[in-house]
Amino acid sequence: MSGYASGIVAILCINLIFAYAIFVTAAAGQLNLGGAGFQAIGAYAAAWLSSSAHMPANVTIPLAILASALVGFVISFPVLRTRGVYMVLATFAFGQFVSGFLLRSPTFGGAIGMVVADYIGVGALVICAVVTTLLVFFLMASRLGLAIRSIHDDELVSTIMGVNVRAVQVAMFTLGGALAGLSGALYAHHFSFVEAQYFNSLLSIYVLLFVLIGGTQTAWGPLVGSLFFTLLPELMRVGGSWRYVVFGVVIVLMMVLRPQGIVTRALVARLSPRNWWPASSRAATRVSDAG
Amino acid sequence: MSEASATASFRSLPVRPILLAIAVLVAIAVAIFAGGKVIAQQMVSGLMLGSIYMTVAVAFTLTIGVLNFLNFTIPTLFMLTGMVAWGVLSRGYLSVAGGWGWLLALLIGIAVAVVASLIVERFTFRYLKTRHGDATEHAIPLVSSLGFLLIFEHLVLIALGSEAQRFPVPFKADLYAFGLVIGLPQLASLLLALGIVATLTYVLKRTRMGRALRTIAESPDTASLLGVDVARIVPVVFILTGLLSGVAAALFTVNYGDVSPFMGEHIGTKAIAAMVLGGLGSVWGAVAGGLLVGLAETLSIHFLGGDSVQMVVWGLLLVVIILRPQGLFGASAIGKAKL
Repeated sequence: MSGYASGIVAILCINLIFAYAIFVTAAAGQLNLGGAGFQAIGAYAAAWLSSSAHMPANVTIPLAILASALVGFVISFPVLRTRGVYMVLATFAFGQFVSGFLLRSPTFGGAIGMVVADYIGVGALVICAVVTTLLVFFLMASRLGLAIRSIHDDELVSTIMGVNVRAVQVAMFTLGGALAGLSGALYAHHFSFVEAQYFNSLLSIYVLLFVLIGGTQTAWGPLVGSLFFTLLPELMRVGGSWRYVVFGVVIVLMMVLRPQGIVTRALVARLSPRNWWPASSRAATRVSDAG
Repeated sequence: MSEASATASFRSLPVRPILLAIAVLVAIAVAIFAGGKVIAQQMVSGLMLGSIYMTVAVAFTLTIGVLNFLNFTIPTLFMLTGMVAWGVLSRGYLSVAGGWGWLLALLIGIAVAVVASLIVERFTFRYLKTRHGDATEHAIPLVSSLGFLLIFEHLVLIALGSEAQRFPVPFKADLYAFGLVIGLPQLASLLLALGIVATLTYVLKRTRMGRALRTIAESPDTASLLGVDVARIVPVVFILTGLLSGVAAALFTVNYGDVSPFMGEHIGTKAIAAMVLGGLGSVWGAVAGGLLVGLAETLSIHFLGGDSVQMVVWGLLLVVIILRPQGLFGASAIGKAKL
C-alpha cells in the first residue's frame, strides 16, 4: 500500500470510529456538537501517558478511553438538563472549552503541541475500526438498541413504555465519550503528534455532518456518511477549492431532498436479502419512510 | 381604567436599556476609581468591540427567537460583507464615487449579505415542512446552514484569495475625554449599533410586522391559523439577519481597517457566547451579553494573557447554559417567545 493510500485508510478509520462516537448519542436523540473536545481528551491522555509516563500504546489507549468515557459520564448529567438548540450550544461550548484549556495548559505543551513516543501502524487502526463497527451494529440490534431507537423516535412514548430514558442517554454519552477517546488515542499514536488547534469547532461540525448526512436511524448511517465524506474530497482533489463548494451544495441538497440522511430503516429493509424475492411471504417487513 | 393606563405607561418605559446604560457607566466609573486609566482604557476598547459582537448576537438571537434555528451562516455573511467591499474597492470599480468609494463599497457588501441570507432562506426554511418526526429533526436547517457556510467561504476564497487585506478608510480621528482615547468611528459604531437595536425593539413591539414575528415565535401553526402569512414573514427575519451581520461587518471594517476570509469565525463564536449570556431570543439580552463579552475579552487579555480568552469565555458559557438556560438577565420563559 502506498503512503498516500495508507494515509487515507488511517484517516478513514479514525473518522469512522469518531462518527460512531457521535452516532451513539445522536441515535438516542441528542446532538453532540462538541465531539472534538472528547476526541482531544483521548488524544492528549494517550500523548501525555506515552511521552511523560513512557507507557506503551497498549496501555495508553485503554487509559485514554477510560479518561474520555469518564468525562462523557460526568458531563452528561449537566448537559442532559438541556435539550434541542440548548444542547447543541452546551456541547459546542464544552468542545471550545476543552481546546481552549489545552491551548493554555503548559503540562500538555500549550500551543506547541506534544510529540507522541509510541507509534502504531494502519493495521491496528483497521482492526479497531472493524471492531467498533461490529460493536455498534450489535448494540443497535440488542434490546438496548431497541430502547435507543424508541427514544430517538419519541422520548415521551418511550418513557410510557417503561424505558429508563435518562439511564440510556447517560450510557450513550459515556459510550460516545469512550469511542471519541479511542479515535483520539489512535490519532495521537498513528500521527505521533497532537496539537490543540487540530481539535477545533470545524472538526466537531464535520463529524456531526458525517452522522446526520449518513442517517441516524441505523448503524449503517455513520459508515456510509464517513466513507462518503472522507473519500469524496479525495476523489475531487483535482477540483481544488471548488470541491468544498460542491461539498456544501451536496449538503444543502441532501437536507432539501432527503433530510433523514442517506440510509434509513426503510432503505435497509428494502435492500436486505430477506426482501430480494418480493413474492415470499417473509417480505412482509414493511417499514414506512417515517421510520 | 386609569390604573391600567398608568401601569401601561410605566411598562412602556425602556427599563432594560436604561438599567444597562447605568450599569455600564457605573462599571467604568468604578474602573477609573479603582484600577486607574489603563483599566478604564481597556474597558472602553472592550465596549467598542462589544458593540460589534452585540450586533451579530442580535442577528443570532432573532433567528433563534423567531424560528428556533441556530443559523451558522451569520459569521459567513459578516465575512462576505467585508470581503466583497474590499473586492469591489480594490479592483477600482468605484473610482467614479471619488472619496466616498469606501462607503459605497461597504453598502454593496451589506447588500450582498442580504441577498445571500435570502438564498439561505430559500433552501433551509421553505423545506422545513418535511417532518419525519424524530429527535434530530430540528438539526435540518442547522446542517443546511453549515453547508452554506462551506459554499460561501470557499467561493470567497476562490474569488478573492485567502490573505488578510487592508481596507482603506480615509479618516482617523480620536476623541480625548477624561484622559481616555476614544476612536470616533468606534464611538459612532457603538451609537449606531445601539440605535439599530432600539429600532428593532420598537418594530418588534409596536408594529404589525413585529406582532406577526412574535406570533410566529410563539407558534408557527397558530400564527398561520390567525391569518399571518408565515411564508411571507419568515424572509423578513433573514433580511434582518443579513442586514445586522452586514452592518456589524461594515463597522468592524471601518474600526479595525482590515478584512480577511476568516474574519467571521472569531466574531461569530463570540456573538454566540454573547447571545447565550443574554438568553436565547432576547434582543436586549444579546445587547448586554455582547458588551459583557467585549469587556470580558479585553480584561482577560489584560489580566491573564491572550491565550486564556477562549477558555474563560466558553467555560463561563457552559456554566450559564446549564445553570441559567434563560440567560443572565432573561425572564423565566425558555427559548421561544421572549422578544
